[in-house]
Amino acid sequence: MVVTGDYSAAYGALICDVDVVAAYPITPQTFIVEDFSEFVADGLTDAEFVKVESEHSAMSACIAAQAAGARTFTATASQGLALMHEMLFVAAALHLPIVMPVVNRTLAAPIGIWCEYNDTMPERDTGWLQVYCETNQEVLDMVIQSYKIGEHRDVMLPVMPSMDAFILSHTVEPVHAPSTDEVADFLPRYQPQAILDTSNPMTIGSFAPPEYIQEIRYQSEVTMQKAREVIQQVNDDFAQTFGRDYHGLIEEYRTDDADVVLITMGTVTGTAREVVDDMRREGKKVGLVKLRFFRPFPLQELRRVAENVEAMGVYDRAMSFGSGGPAFIETRHALYGLDIPVVNFLAGLGGRDVVKEDVRLMFEKTLKAAKEGRAENETVWIGTRGVKP
Amino acid sequence: MSLNIKDLPDEHLFTPGHTACPGCAAPIVVRNLMKVFGKDTIVYAPANCLLVFGGTYPYIAWKVPYLHEAFENTGACISGVKRAVKKLGKDSLVVGIAGDGGTYDIGIQALSGAAERNEDVIYVCYDNEAYMNTGIQRSGSTPFGAATTTTPVGKKIPGKTQNKKNMAEIMRAHEIPYMATMSIAYPKDFLRKAEKARDTRGFRYLHVFSPCPTGWRHDPALSIEMGRRAVESGMWTLYEAEYGRITDIYKPKRKIPVKEYIRDQGRFRHFTEEMVAKLQEYADHKWKQMYGSLPEEKPE
Ligand SMILES: Cc1ncc(C[n+]2csc(CCOP(=O)(O)OP(=O)(O)O)c2C)c(N)n1
Ligand code: SF4
Repeated sequence: MVVTGDYSAAYGALICDVDVVAAYPITPQTFIVEDFSEFVADGLTDAEFVKVESEHSAMSACIAAQAAGARTFTATASQGLALMHEMLFVAAALHLPIVMPVVNRTLAAPIGIWCEYNDTMPERDTGWLQVYCETNQEVLDMVIQSYKIGEHRDVMLPVMPSMDAFILSHTVEPVHAPSTDEVADFLPRYQPQAILDTSNPMTIGSFAPPEYIQEIRYQSEVTMQKAREVIQQVNDDFAQTFGRDYHGLIEEYRTDDADVVLITMGTVTGTAREVVDDMRREGKKVGLVKLRFFRPFPLQELRRVAENVEAMGVYDRAMSFGSGGPAFIETRHALYGLDIPVVNFLAGLGGRDVVKEDVRLMFEKTLKAAKEGRAENETVWIGTRGVKP
Repeated sequence: MSLNIKDLPDEHLFTPGHTACPGCAAPIVVRNLMKVFGKDTIVYAPANCLLVFGGTYPYIAWKVPYLHEAFENTGACISGVKRAVKKLGKDSLVVGIAGDGGTYDIGIQALSGAAERNEDVIYVCYDNEAYMNTGIQRSGSTPFGAATTTTPVGKKIPGKTQNKKNMAEIMRAHEIPYMATMSIAYPKDFLRKAEKARDTRGFRYLHVFSPCPTGWRHDPALSIEMGRRAVESGMWTLYEAEYGRITDIYKPKRKIPVKEYIRDQGRFRHFTEEMVAKLQEYADHKWKQMYGSLPEEKPE
């Protein structure tokens, strides 16, 4: 099929045979709710679709339905995700493997509808797994994988696969769609262990004193750490079944003999691949890491890459004001003790295009840092009016 | 055929040993509702006194499946549970029990949404006229003049300056299959309405007046009495409606002055004659609004 990223996400929910959907529309996620409404209206699924009155209610209803034993789905973006913030913690701490595609859109002010990661980045501490997609195919495939990873006994955590506003959400691409039967073989029925069931009454989410909460936090960390292995397993299973390999937490491109490596996320990765090829032809030994999972963060994987290069650049589409780009902050944490310069590049905020020249500049600055053994500026704003990069 | 108190099962689905204040009406409301609703019931409680007195892990008073998520989302949570139960081929009754804060104020959006979608659930509001769990702050339900910790009796402003919001009428305007106002001071009426709600399909809203000795500062022995005086003074009305049409109004046999209702409550202790008159005006207005169309009954 030739479809938008939004359609891929909705279609993913359809073929994963979700039981309950609760969602509220927001640009550029709207096609997801509209497409799923059509699936319901056409009788392609008998899922219960709760057309709630807000995103806060969407997440609340998904948590409730999942706690009652259903496989649930929702989707949102930007302001909607921010409105859900409180409930994201609840979903994760109750170990409810909800899957929620997020279309990355700038969070106001100023109000805008284009791509920025300042909506999902603030949610990185909620206990959700986060994965950033590059193509519509990856969106569909990651919806399927998200259920399989999240529902794994050792994980039981919610997952947020995300995609760039418009660049994916509203752009059609060819997408290979597995059938419901193929998916059913890969993804067995959801088997929750603790649910709201009157034949075996139990309490979920009660008031708890300090004597218990710290252990619950520890369990969240243990399961998040276990997710690393499960992500790889599911990736490999998926590759074997469907023939598409995303390589797990990160994907490397021409890093083997690279002098410097740039880390990118989302659709900028596609642009950066071309730049790598161009620069390689010019004899420059540059490589690329696509940072796929942000939670759990690929600490060992990035460190392993860094051990063989002379400098690293990190592209960020969001800023943690007063510190740095989130991907940069976490990469430096992964690289602690390794004596190589790391440069942070900010570009494409608010949905501004990031073009090949911008990425080339990132590589050149990183090459320069490698040559000089230090970065002239650690934080480089690219394509910002009145600011010299 | 309506239920009698003696017909209620002995077994508690909301058990003794909870930690509500002595004299609190809320556990009486919950315990008796649960006896009517029965074992095949799933309960949601948002943040409120009930959440806390109903159990602190690992001691829980609930004998039925029970969920808590947050404060403002009762309407959405019971929708989610019910849809899942239905999809999984079961038919458990799903009930949300919220306070007035969780209903009139922060939870009104999710409540209105669930009512408009006509979700097949029961929403119960136990109305103690303030945010009690957080220390007696005003809510949209707090009556005129009442002292709360955010409407203190100051030198310039004596208590709350606005009237109580008419939440029951807001819910009646949703034209849902069933809504009723209730009070533990009228147990037969209470049980009949609970039963009716249980046996109705679609969205049902039960609004129970719930005296709180701690917040209202009255003798814990007087909670039932406060419930009765509220109705007799016109400060609370017992009625029910189906699809927005009122089907029954209980008119008390006598009308008592508001003064008699507020007399034993510390939250009204600072009332001047002028304030009493203003509250009386409110009660008279409600009385006329609710009973105006009914034939005047002869006082006994
Ligand atoms: C979003 C949010 N805001 C505020 C609170 C704090 N809070 C918890 S319970 C409560 C008041 C509850 O009042 P009500 O619903 O009237 O129930 P009551 O405690 O009186 O029984 C408040 C303000 C919260 N838990 N969540
Ligand atoms: S504060 Fe009031 S409502 Fe809360 S438990 Fe005590 S008496 Fe009951």
